[in-house]
Amino acid sequence: MKKILRFNLNGEEIEVEVEPHWTLLYLLREVLKLKGTKEGCGYGECGACTVVIDGKAVNSCLYPVMEVQGKKVITIEGISKPDGDLHPLQRAFIEEGAVQCGFCTPGMIMSAYALLEEKKDPDLEDIKEAIEGNLCRCTGYIKIIDAINVAKRRMG
Amino acid sequence: MNFNVVGQKIPKKDAPLKVTGQAIYIDDVELPGMLYGKILFSKYPHARILNIDTSKAEKLFGVKAVLTAKDFPPNFRIGFMKDNPPLKSGKVLSTRDEIAAVCAISPEIAEEAINLIEVEYEVLPGVFDPITAMREDSPILHEEIGSNVLKLPWKLTCGDVEKAKKESAYVVEDTFTTQWVTHCCMATSGCVAYFDVNNNLTMYSNTQIPSLAQNDFLEALQAFGLKNKRVRIIQVTIGGGFGSKLDTYPYEYIAILLALKTRRPVKIVFSRDEEFFATSPRQCTITKISQGCDKEGRLTFREVEMMLDNGAYTSWGATTPSVMMMPISSLYKVPNVKYTAKCVYTNNTYCQAMRGYGNPQATFAIESSLDHLAEESGIDPYDLRMINANEPGEITPQGFKVTTCGLKECIEEVAKRLNWKEKRGKGQGKRGVGMASLIHVGGGARVYKSDGCGTIIKMDDFGKVDVFTGASDIGQGADTVIAQIVAEEIGITVEDVNVIHNDTDVCPWDVGVHASRTTFVAGNSALYAARKMKAKLLEIISKVLEVPEDDIVIKNGVAYSKSNPEKSVPLARAIRRAHFTRGGCMLMAEHFYDPNNENLDKEFKGNLSAAYAYGTHGVEVEVDTETGKVKILKYVAAHDVGRAINPLLLEGQIYGGVLQGIGYALSERMIYEGGYLKNGNFLDYKILTVRDVVPVETVIVETDEKEGPFGAKGIGEPGLVPTAPAIANAIYDAIGVRIKDLPITPEKILRALKEKSSPK
Repeated sequence: MKKILRFNLNGEEIEVEVEPHWTLLYLLREVLKLKGTKEGCGYGECGACTVVIDGKAVNSCLYPVMEVQGKKVITIEGISKPDGDLHPLQRAFIEEGAVQCGFCTPGMIMSAYALLEEKKDPDLEDIKEAIEGNLCRCTGYIKIIDAINVAKRRMG
Repeated sequence: MNFNVVGQKIPKKDAPLKVTGQAIYIDDVELPGMLYGKILFSKYPHARILNIDTSKAEKLFGVKAVLTAKDFPPNFRIGFMKDNPPLKSGKVLSTRDEIAAVCAISPEIAEEAINLIEVEYEVLPGVFDPITAMREDSPILHEEIGSNVLKLPWKLTCGDVEKAKKESAYVVEDTFTTQWVTHCCMATSGCVAYFDVNNNLTMYSNTQIPSLAQNDFLEALQAFGLKNKRVRIIQVTIGGGFGSKLDTYPYEYIAILLALKTRRPVKIVFSRDEEFFATSPRQCTITKISQGCDKEGRLTFREVEMMLDNGAYTSWGATTPSVMMMPISSLYKVPNVKYTAKCVYTNNTYCQAMRGYGNPQATFAIESSLDHLAEESGIDPYDLRMINANEPGEITPQGFKVTTCGLKECIEEVAKRLNWKEKRGKGQGKRGVGMASLIHVGGGARVYKSDGCGTIIKMDDFGKVDVFTGASDIGQGADTVIAQIVAEEIGITVEDVNVIHNDTDVCPWDVGVHASRTTFVAGNSALYAARKMKAKLLEIISKVLEVPEDDIVIKNGVAYSKSNPEKSVPLARAIRRAHFTRGGCMLMAEHFYDPNNENLDKEFKGNLSAAYAYGTHGVEVEVDTETGKVKILKYVAAHDVGRAINPLLLEGQIYGGVLQGIGYALSERMIYEGGYLKNGNFLDYKILTVRDVVPVETVIVETDEKEGPFGAKGIGEPGLVPTAPAIANAIYDAIGVRIKDLPITPEKILRALKEKSSPK
C-alpha cells in the first residue's frame, strides 16, 4: 500500500509515493535515481550509504523511509553549491589524496559533513568517532583524516 | 633532473567525480529494459545433485529466464585449468558452487525465484584441508583429473642446498601458516551484459583485465555458437580491485547467457554476503622453511616446501608460487635455493590473486625465519639483513638481473627512524622493534605471452591531448600518473591531458592491472607514444617559428626558441596551422611497449621483471601480556620506488598497503568450517577501521631506474608484503614468543606466553 511522503531533500521540498517497507537508500537510489549514495553491505556495517538527516549521519540502508517524513535529508549530491562550487570537504578530499577507488567517499564525506556541522573544531578523537562506521579498504584512512582536518581549518 | 610535472603531488584526476557522487560504479549502471540476474549457490560443500526443479521459478510473474547447467554447452569450462563450469551439474564441490540462475524484472522477483528452485542433493563426505585431501582414502574432487593434487609442479632448484646445509654454521627450521583473507572491495562484484541486434556482446564490467576478459568472453560466445562476433568491455568506475578481478568468473558467463536468452541487458551484482563467500580470497599456505648462514652471517641456503589450499576450482591463486619463488630465491643474497609447492583441491573456496600475489605469504616465512636465524647465530637482525642485502648489478640465483636496488638504504632508514640500536632487545618484556624487507617485481612481470601495453595519443586543434591507454584504473591513480608522464614529456599541463582507459573499442591491448606494473609498463607506453608525437610536433613548430628543432623548448603549452625566447607560439596555433592547410596533418601517435623481461623457463628461471622494487618495514609494538593485545607505536615503511612520479598517490599506495597488511597480520581471517564460511560479514571479519589507524612514516628512496618512465618502478603491492613479518618480529623482540600462524590474535599470544612459562 503506497503512501505519500513529504520531506526536504537537498534543500528542496519533495513529495513522493513510497512503499512503507522501503529503506531510505532504496528511495534515493532506485526511485529518485540519486546514485551518489552507495550500498556497500546493506546491513549498516560499512557506512557507504551514509546521508545526513536533521544534522545526524545515518546509514540510509537501515533507515525506514517513512521516518524521513517532514525531515531534512542531505546526500552527497546536496553539499556543493548550486553553481557547482564544491564543499570544502570535497575539495580537501581531492587535494589531500583521500580518494582512491572512491566507493566509500560519499559516505565518508557525509559523516564528516555532519561532524563539521555540529562541531567547529573537532579533535582527532571526534573525527575518529565520526567516521568509525565508514569502512575504507584503499587509503588506510590517514589521508581521510588529513582531509577532514584541512576542511575544518578552511571552514573555521 | 628538473621536472615540471613529475614529482608533483597532483590530485587524482577522477577525484572530483568521486567526491560528488557522480562516478558510475557497476551497481549504478541502468540500461533500458534491464533485467536482474541472481544465482542459486550450493547448500553443501560436496554433494551429488540428484534433481533440480525450476518449474515454480519459471512460472513466477516477472521471471524472464532460468538457467541450469544444461543451458551451457556441454564441457564448457572456465579458468586457466578449464576445471570450472559456470553452472554445475553432477556434483557440487564447494558452497559457492553455482547451480542455477534466473533473471527477472526486479531484484526482488529474481530473489524470490531463486528461493523457488528445488534441488535434491546426496551429500558426500568432503575434504577441507590439503593434507587430508592428499590422503589416498580421501574423496577425489575432480574424478576426471584423478588426483586432488594439481598438475602444477612448482619446483625451483638453484645450487646445492644439501651441501650448503651441511656446511652451514647455523641452521634454523620452522613451519609457518597463513590464513584466507579476502579483498573486501567496498563495491561488490558485478556486471551488466547485453547483446546488440547483430549478437555482439557489450559487458559493463569492473574487470582488471579488459583485454584478457574480452578474449575469455569471445571463447564463450564461440561455444554458444556465435562465431566471429565482437566483445566490447566497458569498465565502469572500479570500487576496489586488489587482484580480485584478475580473472573472469561464473557470474559473468551466467549474465552473458541470460542476456543472450532474453535479448535484454542483464545485471548481476553481488550482495555483500555473496561477495564474502562467492569471490576468491588469498590462498592459505603451510610453509616449511629452513635457512642457514656461515659464521660471518652470510646466507648459505634457503629451502622452502609449501602447500596451498587451492579450493574446489582453479584460478590464478594456483600460480602464486611463481611469485613466491621471487622472494624465496632473491630476497637477500642466498646462493643455494630449493623450493617446491603443491596446490591441492579441497571442498573450500577457490583462490585468486590478492595484492602481492603470494609474496606476503612467502615473505612472512622468510623474514620470520631470518630473525630466528639471527638469534641462532647471535647476530643482530639488522646486521644480518645488511650483510645479505641485495645490491645493484647482482644476478640472483633465479636469474633476476637486479638493476637498481635501494634495499640497504631502506634497511638503514628503518633502523635509524626506529632507533634500532637503542630499542632492540630493551623493551623490558613489553615493547619491541622488528623489521622485514621485500623484493617485488617493479618493471612488469612476464607471466603471459606479452607483458605489454598499448597507447594511442592525439592532440586536438586546441592543444589538448587525449591518451587512449590499455591501462586500467582501480583507484590507484593510473589515469593521473599517465597524464603526468605525457604532460612532462610534451611540455604541457596535466589539465591538458585527458586519459581514456575504460573501453576496449577505443583503447589498445594491455595484459591487465596486476604485478604493480601499470606505472612502469603503461607509463613507458604513454611516454614513448608522447615522444613520437612530440617529434612530429617539433617538426611543425620548427617550420612555424623558423628555428631548428633542437632550439625548441615547450613549456605549459607554449613553444619557444631557446636562443631567442621572443620567438614563441602556443601549441594550439602551431597545430591548427599544420592541420588546416592543403595536405595538412593531424597530430597522432601510438606505441606498444612490452618490457624487456622474460617468461620463466621450464626450471622457473629467467629475468621475470625489467626492474625490481625493494623495501623495508620497521615497527615498534607494545604487547599487553595480560590481554595479548598488540599496539603499534611506530611504523616506518621505506620503499625503493625508482622515482616518485606522484608522491601523493604513492603515499596513498603505501598507507593503504600497510593498513591492509596490518589487518593481514593481526585481525583478518576467513573462518571456514567444513566448507562453510562462518564470518562472511563486516561485523565478524575484521578489516581495519579508522580506530585502528597507526602513524605510518613513509620513506621514499629514489634510485632512478634507467628502464622506468622518468626512473620509476612499481609500488602498488609492496606496501603490504613485509608488514606481517615486521610485526611478528617486533612481537618476538617484545615478549620472546614467535607466532608462526597468521593472524597474530591476542588468543595466540596468550597461549604462546602460557606455553613459554610452563614448558611441557
